[in-house]
Amino acid sequence: MIGLVRAELTKFRSVRGWLVGCGIAAVLMVLLAVVAAAGTDARVGGPRARGALPHSSDGTPVFDGFTFVQRPLDGDGTLTVRVASLSGVALRPPTPGDTAPEAPSGSEEEATTEPWAKAGLIIKAGTTPGSPYTAVMVTGSHGVRMQHDFVHDVAGPVDARWLRLVRTGGTVTAYASTDGAAWTRVGSAPLATGAVSAGIFVATPPHQEYEQFLGGTSVVGGGAIATGTFDNLSAAGTGPGGDWTMVSVGADDSPNRPESTSTREGDTFVLRGAGDIAPIDGGAGPKQEQLLSGGFLALTVLAVLGVLFVTTEYRRGLVRTTFAATPSRVRVLAAKAVVLGAVTFAVGLVAATAALLVGTAIRGANHYPADALTQVRIVVGTAALIAVATVLALAIGTILRRGAGAVAAVVVLITLPYILSAAAVLPAATADWVLRITPAAAFAVQQTVPEWPQVDQAYTPAFGFFPLPAWGGFAVLCCWTAVALVVAAALLRRRDA
Amino acid sequence: MSTALYAEWTKLRTVAGPFWLVALAAVLTTALSAVTARAVSCAAAGCGVDAPLIALTGVQLGQAVVAVLAVMVVGDEYRTGMIRTTLAATPSRAVLLGAKSVVVAGATLAAAVPGVLGAWLAARLIMPGRGFTAEHGYAPLSLTDGGTLRAFAGSALYLTLVALLSLGIAAAVRDAPTGVGVVLGLLYLAPILAAVVSDPDWERRLHQIMPSDAGAAIQHTIDLPSLPIGPWPGLGVLALWSAGALVLGGLLLRLRDA
Repeated sequence: MIGLVRAELTKFRSVRGWLVGCGIAAVLMVLLAVVAAAGTDARVGGPRARGALPHSSDGTPVFDGFTFVQRPLDGDGTLTVRVASLSGVALRPPTPGDTAPEAPSGSEEEATTEPWAKAGLIIKAGTTPGSPYTAVMVTGSHGVRMQHDFVHDVAGPVDARWLRLVRTGGTVTAYASTDGAAWTRVGSAPLATGAVSAGIFVATPPHQEYEQFLGGTSVVGGGAIATGTFDNLSAAGTGPGGDWTMVSVGADDSPNRPESTSTREGDTFVLRGAGDIAPIDGGAGPKQEQLLSGGFLALTVLAVLGVLFVTTEYRRGLVRTTFAATPSRVRVLAAKAVVLGAVTFAVGLVAATAALLVGTAIRGANHYPADALTQVRIVVGTAALIAVATVLALAIGTILRRGAGAVAAVVVLITLPYILSAAAVLPAATADWVLRITPAAAFAVQQTVPEWPQVDQAYTPAFGFFPLPAWGGFAVLCCWTAVALVVAAALLRRRDA
Repeated sequence: MSTALYAEWTKLRTVAGPFWLVALAAVLTTALSAVTARAVSCAAAGCGVDAPLIALTGVQLGQAVVAVLAVMVVGDEYRTGMIRTTLAATPSRAVLLGAKSVVVAGATLAAAVPGVLGAWLAARLIMPGRGFTAEHGYAPLSLTDGGTLRAFAGSALYLTLVALLSLGIAAAVRDAPTGVGVVLGLLYLAPILAAVVSDPDWERRLHQIMPSDAGAAIQHTIDLPSLPIGPWPGLGVLALWSAGALVLGGLLLRLRDA
């Protein structure tokens, strides 16, 4: 087998055009990264983000703006409150953008509460946006939730209206209750000891509807405002005689946000305001994987090589010599697949690394952040995707024995489903299915933007979200390749060369 | 010229490949259009979906088959060595490429017209059931409507121009698989670029110069003023690409030995 691999490697490297092809694939990939980086005009967070975005302690860009009625809390303490009512309504019907089609009338939305309108208790390290916090809240349509440090979200009882936060040392524990007597523990989270702010808050993300039309997507919507009514507020452990004061957290970052207000009547507090305490979704803004979109071009070039690697033998008659030297045709196919896969993986690895480095150098950090592990995954994943797709091209070339048709088949199988799904031709549900069953599913290895269950957003292919997890999508491509290789091996054995 | 034409026509019809490719192009164009028409829906009046554009999605698949057909007309001659006989019989490279262009254009139209008509029929049957009704502001697709006729007839022309572009590129690269790779890379690049380039000026310019993007402007029937390029100028851009490819292919054919 080693001799066989060496023979195939010799065949590959002794054709100058194929080596040039590998070079062209790598150059195209870097070139597209340059275009993608230079042609970026959007910001992380899309139109919602204005000014500099705060980051949570783990580096996730976040929204941190809400109406906060608070007292200082120096040590241990217990806060309890009943959320008498919460409403979060769109301020005005959604207005269609210039290129978007007319949205349906917004009257129905006005009547319903925004699903992620929030009202509840929060203990926060300070009033600076991005500082750590633990909160328990009633939401518009997601029941009671305990959330901490933006990215963590724990579901609590659905119909509870009484909320309690207990701070003991470095831990904050959240409870919820329907009657104020029997308490259910929702969860607990660490929070550094020392002086913090504690109190009640309301927030609601803007009202948004995601429109998809041919060739693009648009977000229509407008501001929303939440009104929360609180009573039975008690705060054991807060400074003696400390007055409740209102802070509009993060108001400087978003000048267009509706103004925060709070009124107190006896023991009843009414808070109004907008904003959100949540991670930003990366769908609308620039993403790191855009720098690797040249993978499509590299893949097209290398698919041609993969097809030629076998059809040229038929064209030149070399295949008869090959089979005379190695009568086991399956082993010849295996050797070809190994050589082709290894060479194109190496080319893909170099090209993807270069594309990411060059693109990042041009664009700077203006994209949704991805940690080192994710960056390694998208680079190695892109290289693996290119390698396996090239082997798929080899198998289809063996099956069809006609180069032109085989190249078209590979490109159409991999690129066209992606275009139809990501360029928003197909509706989201159909696009999700297409990206589950076609080889284009493998592009999931390039996804860097996470999906947040606690943030409403169209998690669709048009916004860069794949239906399958990274390596799950890659496995779909591997399955296609495995089946094609089996069919190719069977036909190779049955047919005369 | 007429003998060269006759020779090319004979070569095309006496092998099985082109016939099947013509049939495949028509079937796939109709099939993808039907599937897309089935997937897209219109929930309320003013949903803003361009119905003819949806109905013509299949052209994006049909163009790949048409490209293979056109590339093979040149590529197969180089593969089999037939090109030397052909050039001995028709020494003028310009006449040869002209004859090939006419035959390829004819074969493509033979695929494109039934394919596009099939797409129209499928959309007419399927789309009313998906909410594209009179209440939502959609009359049944009619080829007597000016915009709709332009979209459907223009799509047949689009496919023909893609075939000529492929022919020119095939004459330049002389190898069928490479030719198909170059053509499809060029055609499918535009939507991928559009997805990563967010600067509106860049995006607009891309839509204006990329062959498949500009050419596909012919399929739009609503909101025309907001398009980066008008329907007919868009098709004109694609025609320039095709002409450029044919000139390049013809020049290389003349300068190089077969």
